[in-house]
Amino acid sequence: MSETARPRTLPRYSASERSNHWVVAITFILLALSGLAFYHPAFFFLSHLLGGGYWARVLHPYIGVVFFVCFALLALRLARHNAWEAKDAQWLKQFPDVLANREERLPEVGRYNALQKLLFYVLVLSAVGLFLSGIGLWREWFAFSVGTVRLAAVVHALCAFVAITSIIVHIYAAIWVKGSVRAMTRGDVTWGWAWRHHRAWFRQMVKGANK
Amino acid sequence: MALQSLDIKRRSATTSPTPSVREPSVGAVAKLIDVSKCIGCKACQTACMEWNDLRDEVGTNVGVYDNPADLTEHSWTVMRFAEYETPQGDLEWLIRKDGCMHCEDPGCLKACPSPGAIVQYANGIVDFHQEHCIGCGYCVTGCPFNVPRISKKDHKAYKCTLCSDRVAVGQEPACVKTCPTGAIEFGTKEVMTEHAQARIADLKSRGYANAGLYDPAGVGGTHVMYVLHHADQPTLYSGLPKDPQISPAVSLWKGVAKPLSMAAMALAALVGFFHYMRVGPAETSEEDERNAEKEVSHE
Repeated sequence: MSETARPRTLPRYSASERSNHWVVAITFILLALSGLAFYHPAFFFLSHLLGGGYWARVLHPYIGVVFFVCFALLALRLARHNAWEAKDAQWLKQFPDVLANREERLPEVGRYNALQKLLFYVLVLSAVGLFLSGIGLWREWFAFSVGTVRLAAVVHALCAFVAITSIIVHIYAAIWVKGSVRAMTRGDVTWGWAWRHHRAWFRQMVKGANK
Repeated sequence: MALQSLDIKRRSATTSPTPSVREPSVGAVAKLIDVSKCIGCKACQTACMEWNDLRDEVGTNVGVYDNPADLTEHSWTVMRFAEYETPQGDLEWLIRKDGCMHCEDPGCLKACPSPGAIVQYANGIVDFHQEHCIGCGYCVTGCPFNVPRISKKDHKAYKCTLCSDRVAVGQEPACVKTCPTGAIEFGTKEVMTEHAQARIADLKSRGYANAGLYDPAGVGGTHVMYVLHHADQPTLYSGLPKDPQISPAVSLWKGVAKPLSMAAMALAALVGFFHYMRVGPAETSEEDERNAEKEVSHE
């Protein structure tokens, strides 16, 4: 490769996976903003994004169903890449190295690192919790005993808190690790990015590339 | 609707001060329902319908006197009839006028997410302002007495207003005005409590040793109180809760969890921001690209 040529790339997400991710992302943002509006008075103004408190209350659960179905599809697609391995524990143990950007000291990472895998599990659990408790709170279609609804309210708030906090970490990681966002916007990453951040995955992907 | 002559003590989903200059000189108000004087005539139900322009659907007889069978968005008060066999073998007909208790610490207001949809006036009355109601039903979740009802027509919550509009202009609630036996009385909470004591003394002299006032402390007291012949067993009166309080789940959800989780989410964002400012981005260098190339070509 000459010095001026653009870096070679590896495919990371197909167009279908990207579409799936962004439907999940957009619905999640709408849900988080309208949900926060119901949660804390300081955020009630966010309900105007969906047309005011009344419309936010009407639309939130329907958006939630779209989110959950699309999230489930995405999770099923990505589950096989998220199997926990022994080296993931070692990677987590060296978290200070992760934060300090000393990747050369870390075990080689496959398609996803340990934190990405943890995020996957946490989001799967909280999405299931949000879906089930959301059904409990959805008076339009369901009527449960007041005790069940009270429990659902607590579970929904707890799962939402976990999910929103996880997504803050997820978005930050995408901003921090340069070259990541294009994986979800264009579908590919540069060889150098893969070599630096996901070397085991890189090796697997280029195996036989020059033969 | 805000009532000019009534200031608001508490407002749902509001953290800023409510208008609080005017204080009722007579203090809080209360409605006292003397169950021992009630004859179950339902005049109070009718007066409520008349004053508030409410007409429930004509239902079907389910074999008991309760009519309608439950509170609805159109029936803000319902007489509940309970037959109680005393240990002596006597039959007592315990008739309780059910409806909003106007808690001093209202669970509905605590749970409500919509600013100003539920208010508590300085005189203690808890009122729903339906024009701000978003129909989520959180008030139902918050209420320890199972009182608010969501309308199927407009999806908004309704309940007894304690005739706040009448009280604001110096009149008693419609049910009080109409009660033919004087079983429902209205006045300041202080006077009603005193009056209840006299009634309780009378009941005790007639053999009701456990007569007492129902003004449950678990919700800070209520602005609707009952004189009960069996104050030691309020559940005899069609399930009046013995020690009502805002559910711990609701207190957690609408209490301590709110500031803590908000702080944690803000912290997560701040930690990210400052991490970036201190450590800088994790960039892929030209060298990384060359190393990747090299590795493949050496394979």
